[in-house]
Amino acid sequence: MSEEVVTYPGARRPDRSRRVASHGVGISVYEWGSPESPPVLLAHGGFDFAGTFDTFAPLLADAGWRVVSWDHRGHGDSDHAALYSWQADLRDALAVMDSVSHEPMPIVGHSKGGGVCMQLTEARPHRVSRFANLDGMPGKWRHPDVADHERTKMLDSELSNWLDWRARAGTLARKPGTLDELAERRGRMNPRLSREWLRYLVTIGARRDADGWRWKIDPSMRFGGFGPWKPDWALERMRGFPVPLLAILGLIEEEMGWGTTPEYLVPYMPRDARVVAFEDSGHFVHIEHPRRVADLVLEFLS
Amino acid sequence: MTRGEGRPEPRVQAPHRGARSEAQPSEGNRTKLRHNRVELALHSLRAGEGGALLLLHGLGERSPARVPLELARWPGPIFALDFTGHGESTVPRGGGYTAEVLMGDVDAALRHLGSATLVGRGIGAYIALLSAGARPKLVRGAVLRDGPGLAGGSARPGTPQIPMPDPNAIAPPDPFALVELAADVRPPDYATSFARQATHLSGLERPISVCTLERPDWLRAIVEEPGVEACEVEEALAVYASRASQESR
Repeated sequence: MSEEVVTYPGARRPDRSRRVASHGVGISVYEWGSPESPPVLLAHGGFDFAGTFDTFAPLLADAGWRVVSWDHRGHGDSDHAALYSWQADLRDALAVMDSVSHEPMPIVGHSKGGGVCMQLTEARPHRVSRFANLDGMPGKWRHPDVADHERTKMLDSELSNWLDWRARAGTLARKPGTLDELAERRGRMNPRLSREWLRYLVTIGARRDADGWRWKIDPSMRFGGFGPWKPDWALERMRGFPVPLLAILGLIEEEMGWGTTPEYLVPYMPRDARVVAFEDSGHFVHIEHPRRVADLVLEFLS
Repeated sequence: MTRGEGRPEPRVQAPHRGARSEAQPSEGNRTKLRHNRVELALHSLRAGEGGALLLLHGLGERSPARVPLELARWPGPIFALDFTGHGESTVPRGGGYTAEVLMGDVDAALRHLGSATLVGRGIGAYIALLSAGARPKLVRGAVLRDGPGLAGGSARPGTPQIPMPDPNAIAPPDPFALVELAADVRPPDYATSFARQATHLSGLERPISVCTLERPDWLRAIVEEPGVEACEVEEALAVYASRASQESR
């Protein structure tokens, strides 16, 4: 049986890969560009993996940057862990950063990767030189207009669903399928991305078992969840964000998007921050418009 | 088995031996339960007739070897759960603790026991509150006691930090659990939403009993809620034991 090679225009696999141990959890790290070039860190979003930067990262590498990204714990080729949390992601990100340099470096983060790394920047401002956020600025996630009584009912079903799922989580496995079936499934999360791109992602983010392709992502992770965290908290600290900030927003709402608009965001931003809104893009701005986003980021980094 | 539909609770007999598929055969007085990739130790401290009492220890602690004196008059069987990273439960790699995950630990014990009255110390008290709200039909009263981890971080996040454990620490207790769960954010309105849910859905008049001297913000907020009573631990246990004996009849 011959292996099907799936390519995508402009996509380039990393030039190097290595492993970093983050307190016992193995993290897969990838690099594009010369190891002698100045480093820039790229952080992917939740349920993605570093390979989703295969079109975007080479544009930065070709402009003279050493582009470093990693699969978050439970994602891509990194270890599946027993526990996942925002704090654990922060520590893993810092472990990757430590493996690159202790000099300040710029970070580009998409979606949840943007949120996590902005918090890393607030906790370690001396380690970060500039920050570009790709549709991962805090937005309105709550439903503040729901009355308390209804809120209780909503919480009840959320909680019991979550606990029922936790009880099964240890026995779950990703469902096998053909390359096209996996691309189709991912299309529900990424409705604006082309079938060609999704097929390409399968060959990186999934592995081929005897009974078919399976996404590598830990089956014990799932969307949603709940907790005490409120997006307003991060938003209120934005005015004091310690390094130059570029925020790119994709205004077309979609499944994975955060729904943050410039009108909502700008009052919280530092005075010298730049907000660029793409009217013609969904949440995955760097995949829909790699060249435009790369040009903005390169200008911001120079 | 479907939960939370108001059907009669199963009568609890002790000691329990692998009543559910996720439970391993018990070893001495300890039963191993599975929560995702973590193996939890559920200790049987004492047999008895009627509703079960489940003890939840404080942050950095482990289940007691014997029934604490203040709980001795409980008529039913008494169990104690080691949380993830504590006592004889698995110490996972690389941390990632949240209060919600520990609530999942308690849920594994409740699935095994059928139902229980919870007595939580410190962080175990906070987890008892969350469990009472999340599984109102299975938690037959939650008694909140002083102990390590009762306050948590604070009502709002402080300056962002990256909790780093002591690299020389010997686990258990997992040093990640200590640094992460000592700083978790506990907004009062989050705590009250669990208290309200316990009050609305448990069918108990006072599903939460606050028997603590320390009163962090989340605890001060729930004490004001209907269904939450501040009292002595003996009184709370008497109320829940009497209710449990009615239900098992």
